[in-house]
Amino acid sequence: MSGKGGVGKTTMAAALALLAAERGQRTLVCEVDPKGDLAASYECGPTRFKPSELQPGLWAMSMNTEESLREYLSLFLRIPVAGRIGPLARAFDFVATAAPGVKEILTVGKLCYEVRENHYDLVVVDASATGHIIGQLAAPQGINEVVHVGLVSQQTGWMLDILSDPELTGLCIVATPEEMPVNETVELAARVQDETTVELAAVIVNRVLPELFTRSEEDLFETLCEPEVAARIEKDAGGEPGPILAAARLAVTMRRTRAAHLDRLRQGIDAAVPLLYVPYLFTRAHGVRALRQVASALSAELGL
Amino acid sequence: MTPTRTAGAAHSVDQLLAAKEIAVSCGSGGVGKTTVAAAAAAMAAVRHGGKVLVLTVDPARRLANALGLAGIGNDEHPVPPEAFRNSGVTPRGELWAAMLDTKQSWDALVRRHAPDTATAEKILGNPLYRNISGRFVQSHDYIAMERLYELHTEGRYDLIVVDTPPTRNAIDFLEAPQRMSDFFSSRLLRWLIAPYRSRIVNFASRPFYQVADRVLGTQFLQDIAEFFILFQTMYDGFIERAQAVSRLLHDRRTTFLVVSTLEASPLNEAEFFIDALNERKLHLGAVVLNRVLPDYLLNEAATGVAERIAASAPELAETLGPEVGEPSSVERVLVEISESFLNFQVVAQREAEQRGELAVSPDVIATVPFFETDITDLSGLLRLGQHFWG
Repeated sequence: MSGKGGVGKTTMAAALALLAAERGQRTLVCEVDPKGDLAASYECGPTRFKPSELQPGLWAMSMNTEESLREYLSLFLRIPVAGRIGPLARAFDFVATAAPGVKEILTVGKLCYEVRENHYDLVVVDASATGHIIGQLAAPQGINEVVHVGLVSQQTGWMLDILSDPELTGLCIVATPEEMPVNETVELAARVQDETTVELAAVIVNRVLPELFTRSEEDLFETLCEPEVAARIEKDAGGEPGPILAAARLAVTMRRTRAAHLDRLRQGIDAAVPLLYVPYLFTRAHGVRALRQVASALSAELGL
Repeated sequence: MTPTRTAGAAHSVDQLLAAKEIAVSCGSGGVGKTTVAAAAAAMAAVRHGGKVLVLTVDPARRLANALGLAGIGNDEHPVPPEAFRNSGVTPRGELWAAMLDTKQSWDALVRRHAPDTATAEKILGNPLYRNISGRFVQSHDYIAMERLYELHTEGRYDLIVVDTPPTRNAIDFLEAPQRMSDFFSSRLLRWLIAPYRSRIVNFASRPFYQVADRVLGTQFLQDIAEFFILFQTMYDGFIERAQAVSRLLHDRRTTFLVVSTLEASPLNEAEFFIDALNERKLHLGAVVLNRVLPDYLLNEAATGVAERIAASAPELAETLGPEVGEPSSVERVLVEISESFLNFQVVAQREAEQRGELAVSPDVIATVPFFETDITDLSGLLRLGQHFWG
């Protein structure tokens, strides 16, 4: 899952993972930039590198590149994790600062590893925002170009195989029907195709507003707003309808602006890529209750 | 009458920006910090006069659209006076805009700090460097601050408003100068490249190189070493610059505008960022709350009205009569608008609570209402700017 910041990537990742787990799939969901949003969605304690089982079949973790390095070293090089690794980890941290692809490869590598080892049926990645995701997805390729021999270059091969296989890996871009998220989604979709080997599996459109009126009802609404008619409503309803009419106008304008962006999105994305719509939730709080609503919307969109 | 400006804390964004030379707009992704930065710069150009620059690093090129410029590059460009005339304002000053091109700026930095042209060309050609400056992430955090420093030092602008890169973490760019100078002055770095310099691997570092060789391969290690050795020729210049950049951010002429919406997650990040500013003794000038739903949604009397309209919609439609509309349609519209109001009220109430819980005391908290339509031109920016200005 990628998308512009603020569009609801974490919520979508959390909801999809919940849906999969409840349909019997052993599912891991990973927050790549751990800000705690995943834990907030599930209303659970903070997630860590070591996955924790939140409910049967649903594991959650957050990425930590240093721990990923430790795991990698102990798995592939059989190097003891404690003690001597300290300075090595720090050295890697410096290499990672200079050649930041190292951090990306540790992230992608860990997730691909979970897929390769079949520890889960589905790994849902709450990935980086549009500005960073290409760097992450292209990391194995990039590393491959600079590192020609050594374990790392052998390692990137299988990662590329996993990422490039549309049967195994798909990128979902989350968008909202607003100007910038749509622009970035269209741009990202093109870059994914040009610069990575990853397949764009779907675009999820979040916060879609319900249509209030049909065109003919819009005229009727205009009549209701006329002062004389509004005054009659005020008399009958025992109070000023001004705020209600204003709110309706706001909703209609918002919906109309968003419809235009939605059209641009449809036109900017390859027709073969499915668009899934998730409605705007008028809920009091975020958390599991909201998450269930999102999951059921996704379920309906996926025809499950 | 305009209030007299007094010494001490600013009470509005207007006063704040009148006293500053740099304003850094920051916040989590999607809250509108680019728009707020552009609006603040446009307002300052109109009201305060002088030369105002807005420097954006958002790779999504929004500012270009908003300022009516087809494509602004790494160089600064004036916003054409017609754009202001079309918005019906005569600015007292000039508005300039620039977009940060990470790759170009890195190249320029290397050319400036390298001891000679040959070294510069070698660095620019190093495969590792090309990856850092181009493909991989994070390198724009530092370069944005570096570019800001350069522009400020040149002294051509009275005010520079910077839009920060969409980092994974809002504080990444604050730490970028420090990270950069730590990196260059680290003993570890010297230790890492020592064997490639002297060709002697000492006993202590041997295990590291054995592992590194197996993991990365000798060729890559040599590339890294070459890269670092080359980069070390720029050491002094770089350290000095990184420290100067850091000083500039701490300067009293620099202020930070934290932008957020009232949604839970951006607001959490804003609070986290405000703490980070305080810890680093950086100046939090204002918190700008963007896209705040209108107050009338909080109207309690209207709740009852909406509920009554919904409950008595059939009768109401009947009373209003056929001249208003066909009763079943009128009924449906009445139910829709009442329910829509109640729905939006839930969101507005949630936001009001979030705002109440915002446990910070910056000099200024400004609010920008939700705009029903997009901001796509200068007059839109000015309209938005007026809300947080006064």
